[in-house]
Amino acid sequence: MVNEVMFYLLGAMILTFSVLTVTTRRILRAAVYLLFVLISTAGLYFMLSYNFLAAVQLTVYAGGIVVLIIFSILLTSHLSERAVMAPLKQSLLSALATLAGATLTLMTILRFAFVPNAGVDPQLNITDVGNSLVSYNRDGYALPFEVISVLLLASMIGAIVVAKKERKLKE
Amino acid sequence: MIQNIPLSYFLVISTFMFFIGIYGFLTRRNLITMLMSIELILNSVNINFVAFNRYLYPQQLQGHFFMLIVIAVAAAEAAVAIAIIINIYRNFKSIDVENVDEMKY
Repeated sequence: MVNEVMFYLLGAMILTFSVLTVTTRRILRAAVYLLFVLISTAGLYFMLSYNFLAAVQLTVYAGGIVVLIIFSILLTSHLSERAVMAPLKQSLLSALATLAGATLTLMTILRFAFVPNAGVDPQLNITDVGNSLVSYNRDGYALPFEVISVLLLASMIGAIVVAKKERKLKE
Repeated sequence: MIQNIPLSYFLVISTFMFFIGIYGFLTRRNLITMLMSIELILNSVNINFVAFNRYLYPQQLQGHFFMLIVIAVAAAEAAVAIAIIINIYRNFKSIDVENVDEMKY
């Protein structure tokens, strides 16, 4: 009973704040609504008893990316500024297209009978996740781990090079 | 898995979130809000991965690592995109897509 109430509450929060994120005209408020969406998603992961994923979601997404977005909003726009939206015709057409896509996807999803694997209820601890992250055996994920680390290094250097000020070319 | 909550409820939530993100991507005119719509889309995909992992294959960890990789790629993408956006703002004094219409340095 408590679980169901929590699930519906989190789902309602996710949907409401997603809509507010894409429709509000104030950019900073959109970022804060996005933060609420990400935190409610972390709540869903907690309900699925995946504590590690919820912690990652809270620290990296809600803590890192949203702060980065808020910084860039403060660097590039004035707080009193209102976002320009698309003209009415275009937003109507987009709403129509997305509604059509959502209906199609929902019809497909709701028709398919997923059979949940009810028997197993493993209590997953972080040690298992960490061990399989660095293991190179059959169920190990050492290769994607290394690939991601190289990607992060490359994007970090790329971001610094792109955002760096160039003084000589300006004159 | 959660008692009395079937898998399809998660999929419905993530479908709506995905298409709300697409709607925002189509109607927004500001580069940062478009980036935020992309974050919504990636987050909905993450919900799918985690729910499938939990309901259908609870003894395995594939969904876990897919989600971790998606989060890492999202972080890298946000960093690079924000660097590009700040550079665009420096050159054009605006980050609306209407004003940034020449691919010239």
